[in-house]
Amino acid sequence: MASREPTVLQFFPSSTSLSAKVHPVVIFNICDCYVRRPDQAERVIGTLLGSISPDGTVEIRNSYAVPHNESSDQVALDIDYHHNMLTSHQKVNPKEVIVGWYSTGFGVSGGSALIHDFYSREVANPVHLTVDTGFRNGEASIKAFVSVNLSLGDRQIAAQFQEIPLDLRMIEAERVGFDILKTTMVDKVPNDLEGMEASMERLLALIDDVYKYVDNVVERRVAPDNKIGRFISDTVNSIPKISPAAFDKLVNDSLQDHLLLLYLSSLTRTQLSLAEKLNTAAQIL
Amino acid sequence: MHRKGVRGLSCELRIYRPCSSADSDSTGGALQLHYIPLQLYNFSPHQRKLEMANPMARSFLQVAASEEVASPLRVVQIEGLAILKIIKHCKEFSPALVTGQLLGLDVGSVLEVTNCFPFPIREEDEEIEADGANYQLEMMRCLREVNVDNNTVGWYQSTLLGSFQTVELIETFMNYQENIRRCVCIIYDPTRTNQGVLALKAMKLTDSFMDLYRNNNFTGEKLREKHLSWVNIFEEIPIKVSNSALISAFMTELEAETPVSQCDYDRLQLSTGPFLERNVEFLIECMDDLSMEQQKFQFYYRSLSRQQAQQQAWLQKRRAENMARKAAGEEPLPEEDPSNSIFKPVPEPSRLDSFLITNQIANYCNQINGVVGQSFNRLYLMKALHEN
Repeated sequence: MASREPTVLQFFPSSTSLSAKVHPVVIFNICDCYVRRPDQAERVIGTLLGSISPDGTVEIRNSYAVPHNESSDQVALDIDYHHNMLTSHQKVNPKEVIVGWYSTGFGVSGGSALIHDFYSREVANPVHLTVDTGFRNGEASIKAFVSVNLSLGDRQIAAQFQEIPLDLRMIEAERVGFDILKTTMVDKVPNDLEGMEASMERLLALIDDVYKYVDNVVERRVAPDNKIGRFISDTVNSIPKISPAAFDKLVNDSLQDHLLLLYLSSLTRTQLSLAEKLNTAAQIL
Repeated sequence: MHRKGVRGLSCELRIYRPCSSADSDSTGGALQLHYIPLQLYNFSPHQRKLEMANPMARSFLQVAASEEVASPLRVVQIEGLAILKIIKHCKEFSPALVTGQLLGLDVGSVLEVTNCFPFPIREEDEEIEADGANYQLEMMRCLREVNVDNNTVGWYQSTLLGSFQTVELIETFMNYQENIRRCVCIIYDPTRTNQGVLALKAMKLTDSFMDLYRNNNFTGEKLREKHLSWVNIFEEIPIKVSNSALISAFMTELEAETPVSQCDYDRLQLSTGPFLERNVEFLIECMDDLSMEQQKFQFYYRSLSRQQAQQQAWLQKRRAENMARKAAGEEPLPEEDPSNSIFKPVPEPSRLDSFLITNQIANYCNQINGVVGQSFNRLYLMKALHEN
């Protein structure tokens, strides 16, 4: 019969241009929730909050755990809790909306489809983030999925989780410093000068490395690599060319500015302690 | 994952909520210390109630309470999670100043901050204020359900260039102090973090200052008695950072391979001009305020000496009068007359404001010193680099 169109087996949406960005605070939160999970629970799940930019990037900025119960064929999610938490979070930051949900464990499990179904009703096309807290493969695998429906004609017959690219936004964590986030105990937050010292040491080490490499190449101990060579020459060229006199003036001027400020602030401090002493003296008299 | 199967099962997705909200609120939040997190590992409310009634648990709480009195607070131990949450909140709303609540445990001389949650930006409306209190209770209840330490240990707030020494902070601190024995205020400065510094400070008021504040007694005499000067108002507590082993493992895995981090770039920025400029601006403003305060004192001393002179004059007059009366054989008049206006003591202005301003000035000076010190380093580094 000519009127009958062929039914097509297809995925909908066929391909996703979605990608996800995760801020470190989310990972911290998930790990913390996992550590504090109830006795009998195997995994923790929770809601992800953030924003979706027009180009399809999902930025995951916040999260909270949602209590749930799981047995072999059913999942019970505390929906009330989920909604309470959502309203509380939106009071603080109305711009953060639900973007998906997370679960600990490696990959997707059977119950995940149910929960994903629930979140699809909260937001269109939610992202599912899995964090492998068990280090199943011996590495920390964090993955993001979206659900893709397999349909035969108009009939939906299955849903598939498709992995999407994930970017771990570690710049924020870098700002704080990996040194204090990496170890289990840091005795002291580094102050200005200590931080500076560490940075300078690293810079010096880098310059030393470059020196060594260039020396090795010049003395033909290492095969030259044009890419690295160009990179080094670019770096050297990026130092602005200033005549020594002008440079000296520049440095000296700003040194003097800073010295002046230093003098001013020391003077103020001296004045303060002097005033303090005089005040007490005046009161005694 | 058959679609049909999914639909068939989805009706099993039901709400379960074993405990009523009244039951968890009645414990009153803040003061139930220590054993709450342990007890919350049991999901059922019956079990929870049982443990509350258990005399053993009570006595444990009492023992814990009696032990705590002795040891002073020495270290604040913050979890990386709390730090990141504070930073996220403060940074998102910068330059507006925001606050939030710290949750954690009080263990001997260490105050552990294990979690925190932000407060919505406060408005002056009374209705909204009640709303804020509800929000706080709701949030604490929710967090407790997922086994987060449900014990207030203080609050955090963002600040602009370290200008946090205000009367409001002291008031808030006193409020907290009334409810919980040990509390701390974490101050975070988002502007300084752009320079690669983790500007995190834990502050508390000193005990001697709190005594004075309770009696609202900031006259020169009292201050001298207590040997309290502006340096002794705030006390900075050293901060320790801790992370769970799991987080530590994750961060080690996820650390980028590059040898240079964002933090290093930030630190090696040569431009400090705007920051220093604003610091000096604030410093000048504070100086103006301080001189105003000093004028107040000068005025007070002047009126005091004028009053004393008047009193002397009046006294002499009265004595002369009494001599005359004695000579005439009459009763002498009393030498003191409380009804006379010149005997009314001139109120001494409170020194609190000038103390706080002095504190701020000292803070700005320290900041300028720190930044200038850093930029000296950078300048010499640049010079050496250029010469090479």
